[in-house]
Amino acid sequence: MSIARVATSMDNGFATRLRASLSPRLLLSELLLKQWFEPVIPFTVMLALLAWFSATIPNYAGLENLLSLMRLYAEFGFVALAMAFSLISGGIDLSVGAIFAVCNFAMLYFLYVLDLPVWAAVPATLAVGAAIGCVNGLLIGYLKARPFLTTLVTLIILRASVNLLNERYATVFATNSVDSDVWDFFGEGYVLGVPINAATLIVVLLVGHLFLSRSRFGWHLTAIGANRKAARHAGIQVERMLLFTYVLSGMLCAFGGVFYAARQTSTDSTTGVGWEFQALTAVVLGGVSLSGGKGTVWRAMIGGIIIFLLTNGLVRMGIPGYVTSGAIGLILLAAVGVDVKWAKNRGKAIQKIYVNPARVPLAAAPSLLRGSSSPYAQNDRLIGAEAIGLDQVEGPEDVILDRQDRLYGSTRDGNIIRFSGPSFEQREVFAHIGGRPLGMQFDRDENLIVAVAGMGVYGIRPNQEVYKVTDETNRTWYKLNDDSRLRMADDLDIAPDGKIYFSDCTTRYEMTTNSLDIMEGRPNGRVVCYDPATRRTWTVLNHFYFPNGICVSHDGRSLLIASTSLCKVFRLWLGGPDKDKLEVVLDEIPGNCDNINRASDGNYWLALVGIRTPAFDLAMRKPGFRLRMVKQVPTDEWLAPGLNHGCVLKFTERGEVLESFWDPTGISHSTLTSMREHKGYLYLGGLENNRIGRVKLEGADPSWTGYEAYWGSKQRN
Amino acid sequence: MTINASTAGERSQSPSLVTQLLKKPSQEQIVLLITLSLLVVFSATLAGFAHLANLLNLVRSISILGILGLGMGLIVISRGIDLSEVAIMAGSWSVALIEIQRGLPTFWAAILALVIALMIGVANGVMVAFVEAPPLFVTLAAGFVIYGAAFWYAPSWVVYAPKPEDAPYLLYLGHDYLFGIPVPIIVFALAAIGMQLFLARTSIGRFIYAQGDNPEAARLAGIPLRPLIVLEYVLVALLAWLAGLVWIGTTGSMQMGIVQGTYIFDVILVVVLGGISLVGGRGGVFSVVVGCALIGTLFNAFTIMDINSEVQNIIKGVVLLAAIVLDNWLHPRDEETARQGE
Repeated sequence: MSIARVATSMDNGFATRLRASLSPRLLLSELLLKQWFEPVIPFTVMLALLAWFSATIPNYAGLENLLSLMRLYAEFGFVALAMAFSLISGGIDLSVGAIFAVCNFAMLYFLYVLDLPVWAAVPATLAVGAAIGCVNGLLIGYLKARPFLTTLVTLIILRASVNLLNERYATVFATNSVDSDVWDFFGEGYVLGVPINAATLIVVLLVGHLFLSRSRFGWHLTAIGANRKAARHAGIQVERMLLFTYVLSGMLCAFGGVFYAARQTSTDSTTGVGWEFQALTAVVLGGVSLSGGKGTVWRAMIGGIIIFLLTNGLVRMGIPGYVTSGAIGLILLAAVGVDVKWAKNRGKAIQKIYVNPARVPLAAAPSLLRGSSSPYAQNDRLIGAEAIGLDQVEGPEDVILDRQDRLYGSTRDGNIIRFSGPSFEQREVFAHIGGRPLGMQFDRDENLIVAVAGMGVYGIRPNQEVYKVTDETNRTWYKLNDDSRLRMADDLDIAPDGKIYFSDCTTRYEMTTNSLDIMEGRPNGRVVCYDPATRRTWTVLNHFYFPNGICVSHDGRSLLIASTSLCKVFRLWLGGPDKDKLEVVLDEIPGNCDNINRASDGNYWLALVGIRTPAFDLAMRKPGFRLRMVKQVPTDEWLAPGLNHGCVLKFTERGEVLESFWDPTGISHSTLTSMREHKGYLYLGGLENNRIGRVKLEGADPSWTGYEAYWGSKQRN
Repeated sequence: MTINASTAGERSQSPSLVTQLLKKPSQEQIVLLITLSLLVVFSATLAGFAHLANLLNLVRSISILGILGLGMGLIVISRGIDLSEVAIMAGSWSVALIEIQRGLPTFWAAILALVIALMIGVANGVMVAFVEAPPLFVTLAAGFVIYGAAFWYAPSWVVYAPKPEDAPYLLYLGHDYLFGIPVPIIVFALAAIGMQLFLARTSIGRFIYAQGDNPEAARLAGIPLRPLIVLEYVLVALLAWLAGLVWIGTTGSMQMGIVQGTYIFDVILVVVLGGISLVGGRGGVFSVVVGCALIGTLFNAFTIMDINSEVQNIIKGVVLLAAIVLDNWLHPRDEETARQGE
């Protein structure tokens, strides 16, 4: 007994609960879900590479060297960006290196041979790049040729052409010179301390990023890469987009060619040779997927910088070029393999490690022996319950009655069903909300406030109008999973000041998979408050073990919270000297507790959805067993608490259990989740039941109703 | 056996070759006609073209291309591609030749080259079959890796073979004559016949067609696709090894420069021109033969006309581009569900 008390006091502290919600595996699984996690790996590689070269090559880390590296890199950056766009569109452009070389030649040709001014030569060169891209685009977009082989062949043709032209004009370029400040600025100038070509690259990257992630064209480009069929069916002009992509790719290469021409003012047969291969390796390494539709300009740049640093650094270290190209080949092989396998298995990998059961030592279960003096002793008091709406409701998780004695049930099909008449023979759909309506409560104005799993908290006015109360709360800044959305609002209650307190039982699973949260046994749930006065929603109690039933105490000063996975009832003080303090009210409950509601005599009702068994208690102490079970056994064969009993408890403010009501057969009322006292009767709702039950309570106040107890004459202070 | 009826059987089972030719010629037949007309034109216009010595030289010069083309044809029929074929040939043999220079007996050097080639084939196959990476990317990268590794081991652009009198057996295939016919031609002919028998008469050959036609259907029919893919890449490597054996006999050396050149595109050109569609499952050994004939005729004419090699590259590129577009037009692939790198 004392051991159990110690264990429970440990559950109360925030730090303890926070610690219980963490594990390395769990962190990893949530990290893998993050969009930003994938580029982190190449980014780290990039930094490591910089650090390594700084350590091995003298004067590497200096500003001067970094600026010169930027100047050397920029042209390759343009080419890598061109490759990235073509890959994202679901194709590939292997002619980028050759287009770059042709544009390099074209720029020099316009300036040195045709004597064009710089302002005319630059657009003319960009037009050359666009024109070559246009040929690629026409072949790939309209003639539906294969991008890989087509651009490989245009690579050969362009390379051969530029070699022929070089032979003819190399001496012209070498002997002539252009006297132009603009031209010199293109080659050696700085903008705000950054080399001109790198500065242009940064601007192009920013524009490219906005284009790709924020503009309609960019979305279309991504769409035709991600799923061409769906894109076509969505009305996207696939052919035109492909043409546009290759034109864009050609123009980006032309940018590189212009700056390279300005920097080198010469051309030879090695200009841009092998760049297509380096660019391809770079962008795949950066995380632009080969399968298309996935990638950002920043990822392409990270990969590009890695490959550039590697080739540049290896050259400086005196390592021959063939070793570098072999190494890049290996990197490409590895990157392609990882890309393919990751794209295929990411979901599976996350699924495999997402569930992380923890050890949950439950307090000893009290005896349920029939006929014993225990308040939990099994009896048959619910077997004879009167059935209301038999086969007319599907799983009324919560039931409630209004001031006109009409009975409401929240059902699986997203409806609130209302029964009226002296013996509840009249059935109507009071409101359709959708989701899975669970806990209900009337506010002061007789609006029915409903916790709807999968949607949030909704209200229904007496005229049957549905309105949203809240569907999000503040995000916990240190959690990886975004927990601002309400995933599974379960039960709610309303404090005297009008604040709505409700439980959100899990932040790691969805409504349909909430049993996994119980199997995990970690504090993933929370209690949230909505204040109608300020229309603000915030989390009052984070990291809580599957909070389920919520009930404001009779005096309105504290909140009773039922934890289904810990089989305990807690009290959270809303005001007074112990404000925000959490304490255990009810320990050693023989089952998994669900909703809590007020009783007419100043006590509380508690429903047990499942009854603990020694086997299940043992399973809760064995996380490894539960992990193997959820992985290897189909859901409907998982070990579960006894779900074929119905039980309702009554307990006092101080945590003493007074009596229990049982249906040991489970025929009429199993998986009891809710009960509501009203004018001397107890109404019963169950998660899987086909009826609402009613039993007469001996000696109960025949005029007591829930509404009066909250807002009217029956309040207790 | 529907596969039989639709592919290999098409030619043999038709009532008359002439009627079929007039109705709907196959790509092989068109290419053959073009080749024949080119032969007539060149014989009439180019001095020295129609001599027997030149024609033998023509056939001889394309036999290495033809052997490589047989391997490429096999892999393209299975809906794959191997851009590292030339690299395998050059890499494995340059390592073997450098070992001969260091004193390894020629027989064991040939075995060494074979082992290297087969290992690369297995690595390519595993990457494609088990890692499921697109073959274009795998073999493109493999080409660079082989180039880097071979150059690192044998750092020389040209690795010379021993003189013919020192290693007569090693150089026999590329060097000698049998009944007045250059041996390379005989090697190509035997390889072509062997490949024809393998593809048309063995169940594994039929499986390769099935895989190329529809890999998913082939897998569902129970064909062990992954081992089959590995086998295909190993066979390509084997043919690359054989081509290398002929190559060193012909030229007396192995040049690493061919890895970086456009030779691999000549191989693809031969295959695609001949009618082995890139969608897979179509064409056969005859396609490679007629593709080779056309390309050999053109190259021979180029040589006689003394055309600049860059201009040759441009012409080859344009022809290959036309062939790819034509192939795509004749055998459209489902562009909307196609995988990247196909």
